[in-house]
Amino acid sequence: MPIISIRDLVVEYDGRRVLDGLNLDIEPGETMVLLGGSGSGKSTLLRQIIGLERPKSGSVIVKGADITRCSPAELKKVHHSIGVAFQSAALFNSLSIAENIALPLREHTRLAPSIIDLMVWMKLAVVGLADFGKLLPQELSGGMKKRGAVARALALDPEILVLDEPSAGLDPIVAAELDELILLLKEAFQMTVIVVTHEMPSAFRIADRIAMLHKGKFISVGTKDEIRASQDLHVRHFLDRIPEELADATAIAAHFEKYLHTQETHQ
Amino acid sequence: MANVLENVGRRTLNELDYVGSLNIQLWSTLRAMKSAMPLVGNRYRWQATVRQMLEIGYQALPMVSVIAICTGFILAMQGASELRRFGGLHYVIELVAVGFTRELGPLLTAIAVSGRSGSAFAAEIGTMKVTEELDSLRVMALEPIEFILAPKYLAALISIPCLTVISNFFGVVAGGLFMFFSTRLAPLLYFRYVMESIALRDVITGLIKSLAFATIIAHVGCLEGFRVRGGPDSVGRSTTSAVVKSTFFVIVADALFTAIFYFTVKP
Repeated sequence: MPIISIRDLVVEYDGRRVLDGLNLDIEPGETMVLLGGSGSGKSTLLRQIIGLERPKSGSVIVKGADITRCSPAELKKVHHSIGVAFQSAALFNSLSIAENIALPLREHTRLAPSIIDLMVWMKLAVVGLADFGKLLPQELSGGMKKRGAVARALALDPEILVLDEPSAGLDPIVAAELDELILLLKEAFQMTVIVVTHEMPSAFRIADRIAMLHKGKFISVGTKDEIRASQDLHVRHFLDRIPEELADATAIAAHFEKYLHTQETHQ
Repeated sequence: MANVLENVGRRTLNELDYVGSLNIQLWSTLRAMKSAMPLVGNRYRWQATVRQMLEIGYQALPMVSVIAICTGFILAMQGASELRRFGGLHYVIELVAVGFTRELGPLLTAIAVSGRSGSAFAAEIGTMKVTEELDSLRVMALEPIEFILAPKYLAALISIPCLTVISNFFGVVAGGLFMFFSTRLAPLLYFRYVMESIALRDVITGLIKSLAFATIIAHVGCLEGFRVRGGPDSVGRSTTSAVVKSTFFVIVADALFTAIFYFTVKP
């Protein structure tokens, strides 16, 4: 039985369709990479999966609960089993990294402060930040912030880990380190991992399956090999880095000529 | 003409939407207030409330005191220059004492706090929204209203009336200094006249006003922060808007309360 099941999901903003009838099943313990170009709708899909927005129609069933229709109390229950690391890390700037990780533990458990400290240290150690817990987020590098966000997402030992563009804006070495971290987490904790990215090397390194989005629709869903072998035009363009919408040089030249002509007429 | 009507209609709907959002936010906060209270609530929320009380109240103390002293002097001097012509210089005492406890103390404090803390609330929450910190709170099953707004509101409800009492005191002291230097009226005698001229209802109506102003400042500031859309530039706009709107609402509320007290509370 899938841990996440998306059925006929439609999302619109001001009448503009952003996600158009998506269907997807994510099995427990698998790493699903949502791949797609800018504006393809992958971040919108992610916000639907984590219950931050409600769709126009369709359903998102997480662990048997339809989070598009459930009560706020039920949604909170679902949120306890999801850990999310946002693209911007979204660590609280007024709290140290350790306090950021301790926050969900303090709020949702009755653990003694000494146990919480120990758990925070363990989470920091898993992401390689054991010596940096006392620092504020603004004192860390981009890669360290992302790892801190992953550590906070792991705080309540969630069944589902969601990562939004984990390697965006990072140099290739730090990005590769994060990929290895994701693989390590999956192996160590047997989590279901959902990663939104447009970084091809990262996607092919960490994914069990890849769902490729284009203009709000899945154009291909399959294993890494199936995606590599896909003959879909948009998938091929994405894999082979072929631009789809080049600037129309003739139209630009015509517009410029028209502008010059207007200027001459005025003079 | 159709365009004018359309614009008027749209503006009216926008304003109604704003007032409706303020109402919804107020009731949600009142429901969440218990969590921010000492003993019965969450101790981390109470700690946040105490921090906010220091920021809203203690740190505004020098500014509010100086404003009250200056206004006390101004009121006494302006009053004296006119009342002296009719031989009624002693009425300056009543003017300053009643004027401050009923009106100027609460109003000046509210305007000072609105500029200081209302804008800070909008900037803080707006920045949290832009950097996805509010989203990360929601996916950690924490309600922003309970986590952020309730401590701020409770702190404002405690701090602003306290600041108002201090403002009243310094305003009256300034009037006493003026009377001492201009008529050699002994300070103890001045305070006896002050106590004779103000009634308990003056103090209570002033404090009721300050509670209403605290509600306006906290809720308008926070709502402006929650309504931030887009990037960092919109945080700047929301900060300005928070000060302008809360000052406007404070003055309108002051007029309403003054009218209500004038027609209902008999001397």
